[in-house]
Amino acid sequence: MRTIFYIIQKEFKQIIRDKFIGKAIIAMPIVQMLILVYAATFEIKNVDLLIVDRDSSPASVDLSGNFFASRFFHVSVTDPGDKHIKEILDKGKADVVLIIPEGFEKSFHRNNKPALQLIIDAVNGSAGQLMLGYCSSIIMDFNKEIVIKEFGIAEKTAPAIDISSRFWFNPYLNYKIFMAPGILVILVTAIGWFMTGMNLVKEKENGTIEQLNVTPIKKYQFILGKLIPFLIIGLIDLAFGLILARIFFKVPFEGSIFTLFVFATIYLVAVLGIGLFISTVSNTQQQVLFVSFFFLMVFVIMSGLFTSVENMPEWGRAINHLNPLSYFSRVIRMVLLKGSGLNDIRNDILIITGFALATNLLAVWRYKKTI
Amino acid sequence: MIKAQQLTKKYGTTVALGNVSFQVDEGELFGFIGPDGAGKSTLFRLLTSLLLPSSGKVELFGLDTVKDYKKIREITGYMPGRFSLYPDLSVEENLDFFATVFGTSIQENYHIIHDVYSHIEPFKTRLAGKLSGGMKQKLALSCALIHNPRVLVLDEPTTGVDAVSRKEFWELLRSLKSKGITIIVSTPYMDEAGLCDRVALIHHGRLLTVDKPGAITSSYEKQILGIVADNTYKLLDSLRKYPDVLHAYAFGQQVHYTGRKASADLNNMRAYLGQCGHKDVQIMQIKAGIEDVFIDLVQDRQG
Repeated sequence: MRTIFYIIQKEFKQIIRDKFIGKAIIAMPIVQMLILVYAATFEIKNVDLLIVDRDSSPASVDLSGNFFASRFFHVSVTDPGDKHIKEILDKGKADVVLIIPEGFEKSFHRNNKPALQLIIDAVNGSAGQLMLGYCSSIIMDFNKEIVIKEFGIAEKTAPAIDISSRFWFNPYLNYKIFMAPGILVILVTAIGWFMTGMNLVKEKENGTIEQLNVTPIKKYQFILGKLIPFLIIGLIDLAFGLILARIFFKVPFEGSIFTLFVFATIYLVAVLGIGLFISTVSNTQQQVLFVSFFFLMVFVIMSGLFTSVENMPEWGRAINHLNPLSYFSRVIRMVLLKGSGLNDIRNDILIITGFALATNLLAVWRYKKTI
Repeated sequence: MIKAQQLTKKYGTTVALGNVSFQVDEGELFGFIGPDGAGKSTLFRLLTSLLLPSSGKVELFGLDTVKDYKKIREITGYMPGRFSLYPDLSVEENLDFFATVFGTSIQENYHIIHDVYSHIEPFKTRLAGKLSGGMKQKLALSCALIHNPRVLVLDEPTTGVDAVSRKEFWELLRSLKSKGITIIVSTPYMDEAGLCDRVALIHHGRLLTVDKPGAITSSYEKQILGIVADNTYKLLDSLRKYPDVLHAYAFGQQVHYTGRKASADLNNMRAYLGQCGHKDVQIMQIKAGIEDVFIDLVQDRQG
């Protein structure tokens, strides 16, 4: 026990003296939280909409007005004879082009089906979907209005299913309170994983491992001595990040912070174990960085932080069972946004404990006291 | 007592150390002397249980380096060839760290390290990375000694250290030896051989000879001539072409020459060198040094 304590003491002295690491521990959460949460949003605002009004009727002007009134669109109108629509989209000058054909209003009077054309830049598929959604809802609203105005039919008499929807846990669909916990997961993971990995391999590069290996330090003592300091730093960064999330994004703390930290502790032990394992099989910091970067990238993208796990193919979801980030990104949102308790995340705790044991035992096993 | 029997370490097909056997007595200051790449570091890592032998075995005070490696680590103080302490910890913190992981403290074993540590104690708050080469070696030696080991294994402790510090370092080793610590040291400097009780000459992973340094040189029977002329490089070239030559090597301004016959015909040689155009030729009989013996033994091996 005492030996582990001395190793931890030594690590902290070195971390504090390291001019770069010391600052990075403080600076990374601030930069990541404040920049990434704003940047990594699915909300689409300021969609550049170009309206080509070939009808120039009261109805078409009304419709255009509805778009002007929307806060999502930045509307411009072009000459009805404009032949450069494709060019405008190619150059990215507009995201959406709405073409109101000639005879749009007349079709209402003649009881024909009026038609509109929407051309959407869908290079980014999900953004394209969202833009279509926004446009459709504005057009639907317009449709209801004009039906009442033109035919005088009251809304009630038109039989239709009225859907009343309510968004639970994030009622205003505020992406920031969804993203902030996700960014925090990446942050805590990256700091813990990379720092432990680099730290152990640095002992190899400096040759200090040779001096350590002739001491009676036991393998598990060495691994724990390397793990605990970065576990503590990871938890401090998590707390720090949560405070930032609370202050800047008003992220709700529905569940107990204790529950979150219980899970985060086990999770960090698992992730640091990966870092330690990689560094036991590597000889240079470069190798550790390269391998870690590869895995972290895969884990982050598959974790459901940015994209929905439910949209992945079956095999992708199967692989994801081996991805520790997918558990933590789910749990942190469950606890913060839904208020889930220890009992609700029981299975996740069991699985992540399994991970923690596996990665650290691997690290202890691979760490050789010979050269 | 340290006893190696047919110790061999192979990396693939490369033999780093082949069939090495030797014995070091308790309280002895034993030196391994050989050039870079001779296998000294490999041998020392085998001694300290950092490497496992491919075949053969080493015992330290009856403890096997493979079976009893845990106990070996408690009785051995090892100083690797490369400076292996934490550059970002101070002198005192380094020493304290190694003391605690061995379950002791600086106070408890101060009497053992005193002679060495007192040199660097005035700088104990300085970071180890900021020490001079000689001071680094003294700190490394202090750290290797802090747990009061029975054997010290020092891999090239004087390489890259200035002449004054080297001399001081060897004096420290003599004083440690007088406390009964067995010391195994390696060096590429042949002139340091005389400072050991016994030395082993090592080359290409094999031991050439093991004996007292005086005995190694005095038992050398071949005649060595020290020859000087106006141009050392040309002289060396001429001597190597001399019909009777066994080997000729430059030693500073001198060329050391060994012939095939028990004693060379000096008049004949003078005439030959005169013919080659050398001026101011001086030839003298000299006593063999360790380096002469080393070169001769290497030559013998290469046939």
